[in-house]
Amino acid sequence: MTEIAFAFRCVLSSVLIGTTLAAAGEIPMSERRSGYDMMSADTKAMQDDDTANPASLWVLEGETLWSTKTTNNKSCADCHGDTAQSMKGIAARYPAFDTKLNKPIDLGQRINLCRAEHQNATPFAPESRELLALTAFVARQSRGSPIVQDDPKMQPAIAAGRALFEQRLGQLNLSCAQCHDDNWGKQLAGSTIPQAHPTGYPIYRLEWQSLGSLQRRLRNCLFGQRTELYAFDAPEMIALEAFLMWRARGMPMDAPGVRP
Amino acid sequence: MAAALCTIGGARAGADELRPYTVVGDAIPAPLTGAPGDPERGRAIVGNRQVGLCLLCHTGPFREEHFQGNLAPDLTGAGARASAGQLRLRIVDASRLNPDTIMPPYYRVDGLERVAANFRGKSILSAEQIEDVIAFLVTLKD
Ligand code: HEC
Ligand code: HEC
Repeated sequence: MTEIAFAFRCVLSSVLIGTTLAAAGEIPMSERRSGYDMMSADTKAMQDDDTANPASLWVLEGETLWSTKTTNNKSCADCHGDTAQSMKGIAARYPAFDTKLNKPIDLGQRINLCRAEHQNATPFAPESRELLALTAFVARQSRGSPIVQDDPKMQPAIAAGRALFEQRLGQLNLSCAQCHDDNWGKQLAGSTIPQAHPTGYPIYRLEWQSLGSLQRRLRNCLFGQRTELYAFDAPEMIALEAFLMWRARGMPMDAPGVRP
Repeated sequence: MAAALCTIGGARAGADELRPYTVVGDAIPAPLTGAPGDPERGRAIVGNRQVGLCLLCHTGPFREEHFQGNLAPDLTGAGARASAGQLRLRIVDASRLNPDTIMPPYYRVDGLERVAANFRGKSILSAEQIEDVIAFLVTLKD
């Protein structure tokens, strides 16, 4: 089990003026590597072949849900049409700022907003099979699309995410940055520490034997640090997601990924 | 290392009582407990990924453990490189030697952020466990 235990200390990251300031230890753009890039050839092959990638089951279910009409007789497809066109590159741009709610939301929240507002349907629970299926189906349309995180309205969330990333947390007093900026590529017991670029989400994680969201993956690391978890969709989780996507800007999406 | 001499009373209201200890230079010379540690138990703690967590980061003389970390120095020879007192301070709170260390503070409950409820107010290891770990580490002479 690689549910790693860790910790952080309370060096409150100095006030973040802007996310363009490079922090010490930050990985240079030219040295960034995705989790996919660091995987074994076997795991890469499993991801690349749709018939072997277990996430394909969720993608297929998502495709069905996409064209399923709800009580108001509307399906996602009725508004958005052909996903290959309308959803290309969309997952690569989330979290995004929702002007109506006046806050950043991630892709799962966006899907649930559409259900509530346009389909007159109840939102799916976080990590529910249906929400993961629709997210996987939408994210699949962004394979190869570069990650974009350039909306100025996202800056506060990105800055907050960076502060969290650099803060020591939990009983083990470790920060995300200490592992993912300073020690990527090394072995934490049996696991190679990746750079934590969220290119492949939702992922089929071999350790979970299931599909899971980026938030679930983040909770694994927080749990490892022995940090009190944030609730699903808490502003801290969205901020971390936004910072990680900004940190991975320009990198191609490979969702739905397979990860160890 | 400036010869710091200070006493920490770990006792905070609501927190499990940490025993006071005295740092002299780069060491805690006196054991945290009255009874000597047990090297066998110490070995088991160091090798256990849920208890000591040491092998997540360190490698060490544990042939039977397949997945050992490489974020930290090999523990082989640790007992030759440092005295029991120096090892004790390292385990109790390595940040007193290196503020940027990633080695967790095994006997500290303050200055930590957002500790999970089931661990709050508790040190990672108890005083007895730390003495067991030290009793084991001092046997690692080569
Ligand atoms: C002590 C080390 C450590 C700390 C601290 C840590 N992580 Fe991780 N993280 C890992 C390891 C190891 C993996 C890969 C797990 C595996 O493959 O079994 C991982 C995986 C990830 C991934 C998945 C990357 C991918 O390719 O899909 C993300 C994202 C991530 N971590 C973010 C974070 C964030 C955010 C924090 C802080 C809240 C954090 N991590 C704290 C060790 C750590
Ligand atoms: C999250 C990583 C991590 C964990 C877990 C960890 N250590 Fe360390 N340890 C380090 C690092 C890194 C160093 C190198 C010095 C420094 O950075 O403070 C170190 C240094 C040491 C040293 C000094 C080694 C030398 O030769 O100078 C000893 C002894 C030691 N650790 C023992 C332990 C024991 C015993 C445990 C478990 C009870 C443990 N460590 C858990 C990261 C860790």
